Amino acid sequence: MNMTAKIREIGKQGRGREELLAVLREARESYGCLTPEVIVELAAGLDLPVGEVYGVATFYSFLSTRPKGRNNIRICKSIPCFLKDSQIIIDTVAEAIDIQPGETTADNRFSFELTNCIGACDKAPAMMVNHRVYGGLTPAEIARILAEHK
Amino acid sequence: MPEANIVLKNCGVIDPARLDSYLAEGGFEALEKASGAMTPAEVVAEVKASGLRGRGGAGFPVGLKWGFTRQAPAEIKYVICNADEGEVGTFKDRYILEGDPFGLIEAMAIAGYAVGAGRGFIYLRAEYHFLKDKLAGAITQAKEKGLLGGFEIEIYEGAGAYVCGEEMALMESLEGKRGEVRYKPPFPPSRGLWGQPTVINNVETLMSIPRIIKNGAGWFTAIGTEKSKGSKVFSVSGDVGKPGVYELEMGSPLRELVEDLAQAQDTKAVQMGGATGRLLPGAMLDTSLDFENVLGAGSVIVYNSSRDMVDIVHRNLEFLAEESCGKCAPCREGTQLMVVVFKRILAGKAKERDIEFLKELATTMSLTSLCGLGQAAPSTLLDSLSHFEDAYRARMKDIAGAVT
Repeated sequence: MNMTAKIREIGKQGRGREELLAVLREARESYGCLTPEVIVELAAGLDLPVGEVYGVATFYSFLSTRPKGRNNIRICKSIPCFLKDSQIIIDTVAEAIDIQPGETTADNRFSFELTNCIGACDKAPAMMVNHRVYGGLTPAEIARILAEHK
Repeated sequence: MPEANIVLKNCGVIDPARLDSYLAEGGFEALEKASGAMTPAEVVAEVKASGLRGRGGAGFPVGLKWGFTRQAPAEIKYVICNADEGEVGTFKDRYILEGDPFGLIEAMAIAGYAVGAGRGFIYLRAEYHFLKDKLAGAITQAKEKGLLGGFEIEIYEGAGAYVCGEEMALMESLEGKRGEVRYKPPFPPSRGLWGQPTVINNVETLMSIPRIIKNGAGWFTAIGTEKSKGSKVFSVSGDVGKPGVYELEMGSPLRELVEDLAQAQDTKAVQMGGATGRLLPGAMLDTSLDFENVLGAGSVIVYNSSRDMVDIVHRNLEFLAEESCGKCAPCREGTQLMVVVFKRILAGKAKERDIEFLKELATTMSLTSLCGLGQAAPSTLLDSLSHFEDAYRARMKDIAGAVT
């Protein structure tokens, strides 16, 4: 079942409210980002006010209303990683893909952002690429890790 | 005191992908005992007698919570496991979920039996997506073997929001809404998820349940201190030789955790309980770890003498300002304001009245914020002002008597 049909089905069953977060997460994965057009479409399908859908979409850091690259890099900026020199990792990634946190590469391959604690403090400094966690990072490893993600 | 082995008993011992390996360690015997030889009221009474208190930070008596939920008159009730471990510096629940998923499932089923709930949810933080399939596999295995009776457990993934670790915000999120906290009362045991009576417990809290049921409340009350029974699991990070997860009997000295186990040296301060936790100076390493003294949710971040505490507190405040859900003004505005004033301190432009203002703001936030985030947001700030006044003074050296 494609996304649109699935959403209509959920809307018809009146489960739009409880399924909203799950639907937004899935829409973010398949469309790359939750644009105003996507949000309007979801709201209509789920039979919910547009404002309600937009409100939820903008509350959570894993739901993006701005375009993202195919791979999303999240480097932890919280204290345990900061104590283990996360800034060097941030600088190394920024240099390797030539963008700053909050930006997306021109070829759409990577987005790059800083995030709050990802629960990998025992392996600080740590980062996530998509859903995978990489810990105990050193600048030397960054190129190899980035090469894993096309 | 030696390391305890209650909550983490099976971690690293069993194969978390295989149910038979959990069964070989006596797994599901507690659920069998509870549902076979005890009435739901007896299970609640046993948990009450054990003195077990919530490990998520607040320390509420678990048996009391279960008792209220059991007595609430409703057809439909829920059990929620809070696996939204987002506190800065915590990763112990990740370790438990990775190492002993069956223990958690068994505990949730016992809770369901005790309070009369047929459905349970594990609210898993988005950052732990990589654990979802392993957890789901464990649930499927237990279900196929018929071990859960009719109890259904679903995994619900968060989408990245620290505040969703707060129980009311978590339930809003589970209902598909913005994770904003609710006014209390009503509390979850009377009106929780979708307005139904709900038991919500942290991962670590639930992990003690099978051991209590199997060994009896008397066994559990023999461990720990008068008001803090059992063990506590800590996540230690920062300036230590061996960061990691450690379980200690309640009442153990902080020094044992930080110096003996995690091998810290030259400790200037320890932050207990994450961004909303306490900041203890190195001179207080003999403090005992229990509800009577200092505990938090188990995040332990160690700072050595090279660290600037003003910088550390600033980072805590920036984190909280970002993660405030925005529902109540004292927290939404207060966390932002604290960052603004801190920028002035860092720029060397602060005046004495700025410190006075921070203290007054801290009092207002503690008294009037809706949930723990805003209430405890100023705690590292206040602790740093009492223990590391010099660090502030150094930043304000041009102003005579800047910190009072």
